[in-house]
Amino acid sequence: MRLRSYRTGAAGVAGAIVVAIALAGCGSSSEPGVSSTSVTFGTHQPLTGPAAPGYSEIAPASQAFFNYLNAQGGINGRKIHLIYKDDEYNPAKTVNTVNQLVLQEKVFGIFEGLGTPTHTKVVGFLNSSKVPDMFVASGCPCWDNGTAQPYTFGWQPNYTIEGKILGQYIKQHFAGKRVGVFYQDDDFGTGGLTGIRYELPASQIVSAQPYQPGGTNVAPQISAIKAAGAQVLVDFTVPIYTALGQLASFTLGYKPQLVVSNVGIDPTTVGGLLKTFSKGKAGTELIEGAITDGYLPSNTDLSNPWIALFKKVHDQYDASAPFDGNVEYGMANAYTLAQALQLAGKKLTRQDLVGAVNTTGSKLTGPGLVPFRYSTSVHGGYAGAEMGQVRGGQIVLFGGPLVTEPTAGSAITPYTTAQPAPPASGVSVP
Amino acid sequence: MSALAARIPRPHSSLVRSLGLVVLAGAVLLIASEALGAYDELQLANGAYYFAVLAGLTVLIGLSGQISLGHGALMAVGAYTVALLIGDERWALVPALLAAVVVTTLVGVLVGAAATRLRGPYLAGATLAFAVGLPALADKYTSLLGGENGLVINPPTPPSGLGANFPLERWEAWIACAGALVVLFTMNNLVHSGVGRSFRAVRDDEIAASLCGLHVGRVQTVAFVVSAACAGLGGGLLAVVLQLASPGAFALQLSLSLLTAVVLGGLGSILGAVWGAAVLVLLPGWTNDIAHSFSLSTQVSANLPLAIYGLVLILAMLVWPSGIQGAVRVAVSRIRERHAPGAGESSP
Amino acid sequence: MTRFIDLTLNGISTGAIYALVALALVLTWRATRIVNFAQGGMLMITTFIASSTIASSGSYWLGFAVALVCGLVLGAVVERGLMRRVEGGPPLNAVIVALGLLILLQALAGMIWGNTPRSFPPAFSIRGYDVGGTRVLFSPNNTFTVLVVVVVAAGLAVLFRGTALGLKMRAAAFQPEVARMLGVRVGRMFTLGWALAALVGSLAGLLVAPEVFVGPNQFDPILIFGFTAAVLGGLDSPVGAVVGGVVLGLALSYVSGYEGSSLVTLAALVILIAVLMIRPRGLFSSVQERRV
Repeated sequence: MRLRSYRTGAAGVAGAIVVAIALAGCGSSSEPGVSSTSVTFGTHQPLTGPAAPGYSEIAPASQAFFNYLNAQGGINGRKIHLIYKDDEYNPAKTVNTVNQLVLQEKVFGIFEGLGTPTHTKVVGFLNSSKVPDMFVASGCPCWDNGTAQPYTFGWQPNYTIEGKILGQYIKQHFAGKRVGVFYQDDDFGTGGLTGIRYELPASQIVSAQPYQPGGTNVAPQISAIKAAGAQVLVDFTVPIYTALGQLASFTLGYKPQLVVSNVGIDPTTVGGLLKTFSKGKAGTELIEGAITDGYLPSNTDLSNPWIALFKKVHDQYDASAPFDGNVEYGMANAYTLAQALQLAGKKLTRQDLVGAVNTTGSKLTGPGLVPFRYSTSVHGGYAGAEMGQVRGGQIVLFGGPLVTEPTAGSAITPYTTAQPAPPASGVSVP
Repeated sequence: MSALAARIPRPHSSLVRSLGLVVLAGAVLLIASEALGAYDELQLANGAYYFAVLAGLTVLIGLSGQISLGHGALMAVGAYTVALLIGDERWALVPALLAAVVVTTLVGVLVGAAATRLRGPYLAGATLAFAVGLPALADKYTSLLGGENGLVINPPTPPSGLGANFPLERWEAWIACAGALVVLFTMNNLVHSGVGRSFRAVRDDEIAASLCGLHVGRVQTVAFVVSAACAGLGGGLLAVVLQLASPGAFALQLSLSLLTAVVLGGLGSILGAVWGAAVLVLLPGWTNDIAHSFSLSTQVSANLPLAIYGLVLILAMLVWPSGIQGAVRVAVSRIRERHAPGAGESSP
Repeated sequence: MTRFIDLTLNGISTGAIYALVALALVLTWRATRIVNFAQGGMLMITTFIASSTIASSGSYWLGFAVALVCGLVLGAVVERGLMRRVEGGPPLNAVIVALGLLILLQALAGMIWGNTPRSFPPAFSIRGYDVGGTRVLFSPNNTFTVLVVVVVAAGLAVLFRGTALGLKMRAAAFQPEVARMLGVRVGRMFTLGWALAALVGSLAGLLVAPEVFVGPNQFDPILIFGFTAAVLGGLDSPVGAVVGGVVLGLALSYVSGYEGSSLVTLAALVILIAVLMIRPRGLFSSVQERRV
């Protein structure tokens, strides 16, 4: 247990000039980072460095959505501010960054902290300091522990849930076919592989090859999977490695049925990396027909009112970024935080925010296709996903949303409640 | 002023001088830590464990003339030792730190022995491969070392004697500063001792040193071992202050930052290590603030701190080839000459 | 057996890239006794320039040529404008300046082109050759890469051993004062060495970019293994750079294929130490130690 005492020192360290981002009315209430007119969150993101590709778009997209809400007066009369800082995906920097956000910038809470190796290093501090740790941007099952980590909440469906849903689809549609798995050698990949193994018999998985994020030569791994005769290739990869895997497959003339995690399939991102190999087309030739899943509407489906809303916000507040899955993620997550703030009420304390998600989180509806798994003890995030396929270079969802628990025996059941339309302004809460 | 200084009897024993230095530094740190806010205490703690590594590294590179691009990996050894002992085995703080020093020293013996055969860029290449390769062990032995996620430990609890409300950050700063003071004492002594002189002798002319009876390989290994011990302590302190040991925290970038900090601060001088530690802790914050004071697109403002850092490195080497301490030395000697022209001096 | 062949071919094609980077490092070392840690940044910039040229003009070979020219210019500018000032001083200062330049270049690339990696076209098809009904892990583009390495290495060997210019460059590097007295324009030789090195680096960037994508940090592994290969082969030897590159590429490919990707960097360390313990100046070192 960490002891905390707020002590504002008079002198600063030699010459250190700290430009505190203006927090309107900070210090007037007993809780930091909140006043009657504003509330401030902080986040740590990989904005530079090898892990930055794609992820660096998420926080600016969230901020864009907050700007959209702020233009309408905010939530409960408060404008939402997001301070995002670069941690270069280095856990040591994550600790320093979060310390700075909490102790120096005095944010109300942390939102959308990105990465498992990074965020796991600050969960202890945030919980013992009773700082809300909202909607971590990572699918690690480790956020899902409301009893031991009451202030930390997951948001996206965790990797095991996704693995199960994909695994069930393979079981039903590719029975008897040999399956190979190409996965990132960390919680993301191993979590997904665990889920797959819950659904498929061990004999069906003929090869499971991990790769280290950071290296660029994945041909030995793809070659091993091809040599094992896998007819289905499951990718628990981030977009760069989905693309690298496809290049190696192309060289080897290896054309298995692709099944790719929603983390690594965004056609805009992957297509962009493969563009020059697709003779000038969108670049998605090599992933055409890949099976995937989605817990948000496909970001190319402009007929979906949520996508139309996000596109509008993007064009006005975040136009320099491509409108892809990362931007959709940032905005959808921001919508959930805004809903939580709305539920927490006019008088906003940290406990109110956490309590609101515990009590009412499971009833929230919004851009998500599935419900949330939130209660006092469960802080899991989205409960499932809908199957999808890359058709014509875009993700088309089919079959209806499916929900499940991240455990071995639990069933995968359809979720039949229709997605509501977005409100004309602000957010809507139950 | 210097006439007055000349009349104060100076203790000739470097041991006593080091002790005095430590007492002085300790007093300054104690007073400073009382005045600092929580975040700044942590910055102080960060500076302290960086100083621990840099002091050893500056002795290795500056005094014994051997380059190392792998001290980040040695810090990792110390950090993982502490994290495993405190986390899994529930050791107390000081024994865990001592164990970290011992384990890293042993690794340092191996590295140092290999290093004696290598010179210049070949030593650089070998230590760089070490920096890149060693953290990969965490991915290989996932169950023991935690894989990509690494290990997390509980924060150290301040002893009850200090009061129930003693801020955790200050306690962490005290632990780190205590370690830094130990390093300050040992390294300052070493620099002024026979061992330090043997390092310099081997650096300047191996043949001559060998002819004088110094065993070159052994001296070089001792230098490596000493710097490894410092790195082990620095890494152990890092684990205590940040409560983590993770491969992502000890990537090649850390080793390169240590190298640049040690040269920027001023090679071969303990004070240079202080400047280097200050640069490592303060510069990122300053560059970030500069970058965010203009309203630029995310793409530009996210990369601007790094661009400034790169520029600072280049300009510093062009303008102050002897680092910050070299520039300070020059400035101090100019001031002294102005006040007492002709009175020769030598400064630490 | 197919596995072994594929891994061998993969090792040769990745090793060829390490060899090119190693050659660039050998060039700057032989010319000015500096290890150019900024090489990775420089080749990244020229590849970005090529990428933009190809995107706007539609012609791959124009982008290729532009990258090579930019490489020459960049190398010359960096040496004349920056490295010249630290060439005479403590060797570590040059290392720090190079590191600073690397960081600066990566940050500039991020600011100008963004952190999102982009696709880069290969010179030739990346479709593996059909051998007896199976597609192997080697394509026309890989053949091109290997040919380029052979030509560059041979060209450098001829340059240094067979031409007057090469002799002047070697003289300027080893004994600048004496060389000056003999009429060699030492400064120009330094600049030429760096320009050539950057040219070779640009080639490496162009050839590897299709498979690693173009981004500020995408070439980092290539640089690390290229440096390892250069040290492995001996920094004074272009032949050593090629051999070192291929040996490293093969070894890492086998380790990755048979043992798993997590051991690759560790394997590089073990191989390097093993070689350096036997030959402390690399496989093809010719300089003997003075022993007492």
